[in-house]
Amino acid sequence: MGKVFSSVRRRLRTWVQIGFTALTNGYAAGFAKGTIYKGPTKAFCVPGLNCYSCPGALGACPIGSFQAVIASRDYKFTFYIVGFLMLVGAVFGRFVCGWLCPFGLVQDLLYKIPFIKKLRRLPGDRFLKYLKYVILAGFVIILPLTVLDIVGQGQPWFCKYICPSGTLFAGIPLVASSPPLQQALGWLFTWKVGILAVLLLLSVAVYRPFCRYLCPLGAVYGLFNPIAFYRFRVDGQKCTGCAVCQKACPMDIPVYKTPNSPECIRCGVCKKSCPHGAICPTLSKNRVKEAQ
Amino acid sequence: MSFLRKNRSAAAVLLIGLLFVAVGVWRGEVEVVFRKAVNICMECIGLG
Repeated sequence: MGKVFSSVRRRLRTWVQIGFTALTNGYAAGFAKGTIYKGPTKAFCVPGLNCYSCPGALGACPIGSFQAVIASRDYKFTFYIVGFLMLVGAVFGRFVCGWLCPFGLVQDLLYKIPFIKKLRRLPGDRFLKYLKYVILAGFVIILPLTVLDIVGQGQPWFCKYICPSGTLFAGIPLVASSPPLQQALGWLFTWKVGILAVLLLLSVAVYRPFCRYLCPLGAVYGLFNPIAFYRFRVDGQKCTGCAVCQKACPMDIPVYKTPNSPECIRCGVCKKSCPHGAICPTLSKNRVKEAQ
Repeated sequence: MSFLRKNRSAAAVLLIGLLFVAVGVWRGEVEVVFRKAVNICMECIGLG
């Protein structure tokens, strides 16, 4: 029994990710019938990138919902979704990416596959990490707001041309179970499956390429990392600047210098790896009194 | 109280977020989200 508990404790994050993904995508009948859930919980967003057209989804995707509202004829700003992002961001920051996002879980599992040479980062990482902000501004905000059809309605550009989570969790299962949808396949589906395939293959060699370089939701939550209730603090008295935390960090963040970097997904590996116990979350019982 | 003092920015964002959600609900944005979420989104699945 002790061994089971210790194994669960060691893999706590993976179990939380699996549990939360199962909980928020629990409409099993959807997968069997090739339909989606239509109940009242669909009016509420889940914190992670979770397509509302996934057959199992019980809630709405915040990025999809954001585009749906601002691209509609009636609204050009969404208080509901911006407010939701502020609520989640203020409490958790990018903890959501590390612990609650289904597509993050997929990338984590793929990274566990052994590979000849695991890369710390992609070439051009310095610039590539800003791509997610460009995608947020361009594909999530500007294009849905400005490129309108004849009745004044925009499109969800990010969902349509980029989102690999939608392709994996919604597109593939729905198309696989519906012959009429299979008849409608075209270049767009091929393009999206291509993006998904590249990202899944990359995920074996690089840790979380989508979260690092492309995810607009991670870009939003990352902005809250420095001020969120759940933050990391480094005890200046204990930290020796040995950089063991950076070596252990799968996102390659110098945690001892920037414990609240917008890139940090709060996986907690740095905290465990610190030989001096200098890194501590603000909501922990043993939180650091003097922050650096 | 000291917890809130140490997390002033987060508390302020949380309050504004709550206010925004309330305004969004009052404006009827929830309907738009619900309508979008209960119909298969052709763009999202790569057919639209």
